[in-house]
Amino acid sequence: MGKWEAVIGLEVHVELKTNSKIFCSSTTEFGGDPNTHVCPVCLGLPGVLPVTNKKVVEYGIKVGLALNCEIARFSKFDRKNYYYPDLPKNYQISQYDLPLAYNGYLEIESEAGRKRVGIVRVHMEEDAGKLIHEGTIASTPYSYVDYNRTGVPLLEIVSSPDMDSPEEAKAYLEKLKAIIQYTGVSDCKMEEGSLRCDANVSVRPKGSTELGTKTEIKNMNSFRALQKALAYEIQRQIQVLEDGGRIVQETRTWDEERGVTVSMRSKEEAHDYRYFPEPDLPPLVISPSWVEAVRRELPELPEARQRRYVNDFGLSSYDASVLTSTKEMADYFEECLSFYPQPKVVANWVMGELARLLNATNIDISARPVTPRQLASLLELIDRGVISGKIAKTVFEEMFSTGKEPQQIIEEKGLVQISDEAELRAVVRRVIAANPKSAADFKAGKEKALGFLVGQVMKETRGKANPGLVNEYLREELTKL
Amino acid sequence: MELYEFTAHQLHNLLLQRKISAEELCTSIYQRIAETEEVVKAYLTLTRDQALAQARRVDQRLRAGETIGPLAGIPMALKDNLCTKGVRTTCASKILFNFIPPYDATVVSKLDREGAVMLGKTNLDEFAMGSSTENSGFYPTHNPWNPDCVPGGSSGGSAAAVASGEAIFALGSDTGGSIRQPAAFCGVVGMKPTYGTVSRYGLIAFASSLDQIGPFAKDVTDCALVLNAICGRDSMDSTSVIHELPDYTSFLVDDIKGFKIGLPKEYFAEGLDSRVRAVIERAIKVLEDRGAHIEETTLPHTRYALPTYYIIAPAEASSNLARYDGVRYGFRAEDAKDIIDMYSRTRSLGFGNEVKRRIMLGTYALSAGYYDAYYNKALKVRTLIKRDFERAFEKFDAILSPTAPSPAFRFGEKTDDPLTMYLSDIYTLAVNLAGLPGISQCCGFVDGLPVGLQLIGRPLGEGTLLRIAYTFEQSTEHHRVRPRIGKGVA
Repeated sequence: MGKWEAVIGLEVHVELKTNSKIFCSSTTEFGGDPNTHVCPVCLGLPGVLPVTNKKVVEYGIKVGLALNCEIARFSKFDRKNYYYPDLPKNYQISQYDLPLAYNGYLEIESEAGRKRVGIVRVHMEEDAGKLIHEGTIASTPYSYVDYNRTGVPLLEIVSSPDMDSPEEAKAYLEKLKAIIQYTGVSDCKMEEGSLRCDANVSVRPKGSTELGTKTEIKNMNSFRALQKALAYEIQRQIQVLEDGGRIVQETRTWDEERGVTVSMRSKEEAHDYRYFPEPDLPPLVISPSWVEAVRRELPELPEARQRRYVNDFGLSSYDASVLTSTKEMADYFEECLSFYPQPKVVANWVMGELARLLNATNIDISARPVTPRQLASLLELIDRGVISGKIAKTVFEEMFSTGKEPQQIIEEKGLVQISDEAELRAVVRRVIAANPKSAADFKAGKEKALGFLVGQVMKETRGKANPGLVNEYLREELTKL
Repeated sequence: MELYEFTAHQLHNLLLQRKISAEELCTSIYQRIAETEEVVKAYLTLTRDQALAQARRVDQRLRAGETIGPLAGIPMALKDNLCTKGVRTTCASKILFNFIPPYDATVVSKLDREGAVMLGKTNLDEFAMGSSTENSGFYPTHNPWNPDCVPGGSSGGSAAAVASGEAIFALGSDTGGSIRQPAAFCGVVGMKPTYGTVSRYGLIAFASSLDQIGPFAKDVTDCALVLNAICGRDSMDSTSVIHELPDYTSFLVDDIKGFKIGLPKEYFAEGLDSRVRAVIERAIKVLEDRGAHIEETTLPHTRYALPTYYIIAPAEASSNLARYDGVRYGFRAEDAKDIIDMYSRTRSLGFGNEVKRRIMLGTYALSAGYYDAYYNKALKVRTLIKRDFERAFEKFDAILSPTAPSPAFRFGEKTDDPLTMYLSDIYTLAVNLAGLPGISQCCGFVDGLPVGLQLIGRPLGEGTLLRIAYTFEQSTEHHRVRPRIGKGVA
C-alpha cells in the first residue's frame, strides 16, 4: 500500500432468531416451500397493518448493550420507499433518524494491538423476500418471488470507519459475530444469510485526516470474500489515484468468480428512499427499567469470558481468546471441564485435535461429533494409563468419525496399552538383543540411541506399549549389560 | 310505510316482535335497490346470496328463541375500501378490479358477529380520494335528492345508499371529510370517530394517520348503535387506542342545558354559501332554545389546514399505494418490456388522474431536498392546528360549523379545477389532522338539497356529540324528510 492508507466501515445485517416475524405472527423458520410462511400482513395485502413483535425490540436492546451502545429512550420506525418485486409493499419498515441503539464500540486484536471500533448505530428493520430466476436475471422471461423471508426481523449494525485493513475488517466481523452469538439472538450464519455484510471503503494518503471518496461494496458472502473484496477494492482505488484518476462514489458488487468488484450504480443513480415516519406504528418509548431488565439477562460476553479463562484457569491470553472466539467452542470447553477439570489439557485437545478435525471435515463445533463427556472419558483413559497419548489421538479420530465411546473403540481394536512388566521386559530384551550397536552407543553416552530403541519397542507392540514404562525398563536392562 | 323507510332500531323491534323476518327485510331492501339503483348507482358489488344466508341465520336464532343484538338482521352496506373475505374489494380502482381479499377487515368481522346483513359494497372516489364520487374508476354515484348532483365523497356510495333506502345503515371512511361531507350532501347522519377508536385493520389505506372508519345512519340513535358495534381496541391495529368502551346509546339524552358550543369565526368566513349560512344560523337558534350557550371562538391556524392536509395525506398515500404494481394481485399491464416498464404501465393505466396527482404530490413532498420544506413543516403546522382545538376545548364542549360550504354541487362543476374540489372539504379537514371526532346531521334544506351541521368534539368526546345531535334531532323534523326517488319516499 506504500504511501496510502485505507479507511473501512462495515454495515452488517443480522437476522434475529425470533419465532415469529417482526410485524406479524408468521413463522421465521428457514426454508419451507415457497410462500408457505406468509400471511396477509407480511404479504403487504391491501388494508393490513403491522404490529411490532416486542421480542425484536428486546433482542435489539440486548445487542445494543452487548456492543456498549446507548439505548434510545424514544425510537421510531420509518418507511424506506423503493420499488422491487421482493418487497411486497414497495417500502421497507426500517429506522431512520432515531435508531434503537447508538454510539457503542467493540474491541479487536489488530497488528497494532488492541483496537476499539466504533458502532454508530443499531437499528431494526424487516427483511425482503427472495427472487428466483429461470436462468439468469438478464435472460429470464419471468421470475418467481418467494416471500417466506419477507418480514423476518433484522438488525442493521453500522460501524464507524475505524478499520484500515481487510484483516481488521475481518477481525471486526468475527468479533461482532461472536458477541451476537453470545447474546443468543441470532445464528449469524453467513452461508444461510443470517449474517450479511456490506463495506464502505476509501483510501487516502498516509497521515491525511481527510476522508477520500468512498465506494460501497456488496455481495460478500463469506469472511474470505470480505477480505478478498476489500483487498481488491483498496488496490483498485490506489491504482486509480496513482494513475491520476478520481474515485467515483458508487455501489460496487463483488464478483467472486472473477475476483473483482464491479460497478452497480453511481451516486446519481442512487435511490431517494423518501424516508418518513411509519404512520401505522406508534413511536417506541423504551423505559430504563426495561433496559435494565435486559441488561440483567445478558450472558457473559467474550471479553469477560476470556479474562476468566486467564485468571481462573491460568490459560494464556492467546488460548483464552481462541477458546472464546465462538460461544459454542467456549461452551464445549467448559462442559468438558465439568467432567475433567484440567483446563490446560482440555484446552490443548479442543484447540488441537478437535479443531483440526472440525476444520478438515468442515463440521461446526455445534454439531458436536464428539461430545464433551466423551472427550473427558478419553482423557481419563490416558490418565489411568489404559492408552497412551499417542494412541489416544487415533482413538479420538475414530470417535470423531463414528461417534463411538472411546472405551468401545479401544476394546474393538485391541488398543489397550501394554503395561505388564513381564511382557514389556521380554520385548525390551528382545529389542536390545537385536540392536547391539544401538545398545553400545547408549552405553557410550549417546542418549539419542535410546529414542531409537523406544521406537523399536513401540513398533513391535504396534504402539500399545506404555511409553513411560518402556523408557524405564530399557534403561534398567541396558545398565545391566 | 315500506321497510326501507325504517331505521335500524325500529326494524329491530319489528324483528323481535316477529312482525317481519330478517329474510323478508333483506329481500325487500334488494327490491328497493332494484327500483332505485339504476338512478343512484350506489353499489359496485351486490352480495345477495351471502346476504340472504346471513338473514336466514338470524331468523333461525329468532325461531330458536335466542336473543339477538340490535343490528342482527339489519341490511347494511360497506364502502368498497373495506376488505371482505371472498368478496371483491376494489377501492373503485381499475388497479384492484379483480382483487378478492383472503381476510375480513376487523369492522367487517365485528358486524358479522352482530348478525348485520351485508348487502354489498358501495362506490367511492378511487382510493377514497375525492369529494364527489366522480373519481370512481367505474361510474359516478348520484345524489338521491337530485340525480344531477353529486352525493359528495369519497364515501358517496354509502351515503347515497342510506339516503335512498338502499341500505339501513352503512360504513364509510373519513380521511378529510369523506364521511361527513357526503352525509351532509345526502341528508343522513355521518360520524368520524376519534382517530384510533375504530380499528383500521382491513381498511385499504389512503392516509394512515388520518383515515378513520365510521357509520352512516338515518338518525343519531342508529349512529350510536353502529358505534357500539364497531368501536374498540384491536390488537391488529397498533394505532387503535385503549379506552373503556362506553355504551354510546347512553348518550342519547334529550337535554343540552348548559352545554357550551363554540362557533369558529374562520368557518363562517368568505366562501360559505349564504343560504347554507342561513340554515346553520336557524340550527344554532334551535340549540340555543334548548339551553346551549353558543358563542364565537377562533381556530387561528384554520387557513393552513388545507395546504397541510394536501402535503401529509398525499405523502402517506404515495407510500401506501406503492404496493399496487401488478406483481402480486390486481391489474397488470400486458406486453411490458421489463419490470420497470411493467410498473409504470400498470400504474399509468390502473390509476385514475386524481390518484396519480396525489401520488406525485406526495412523492415530491417526501423527496430529498424538499422533505423539510414540505412534509416536516406540515407536521409542525399539524401540531399548531391540534393546539387550536385544544385551546378551544378548554372552554367549549363542542365546536359547531357547517359540514360543507355549499349543498351538493352538479356533476362536472368542480372536476376541472382540483383546488375548487379540495375546498369542499375546508370545514372537515382540520378535524382529521387533529384526530378529533366529528358528526354531520341534516339541519335543513337549500333548493331541495340537504344542508349538513357539523359538530366537532374533544378526543373520545363522541358521547357529547351524540347528545347534542340527538337533542337537535328531537327538536326538529329534518331527519324524517327523505328524498323522493323510485316509487315512494325513502
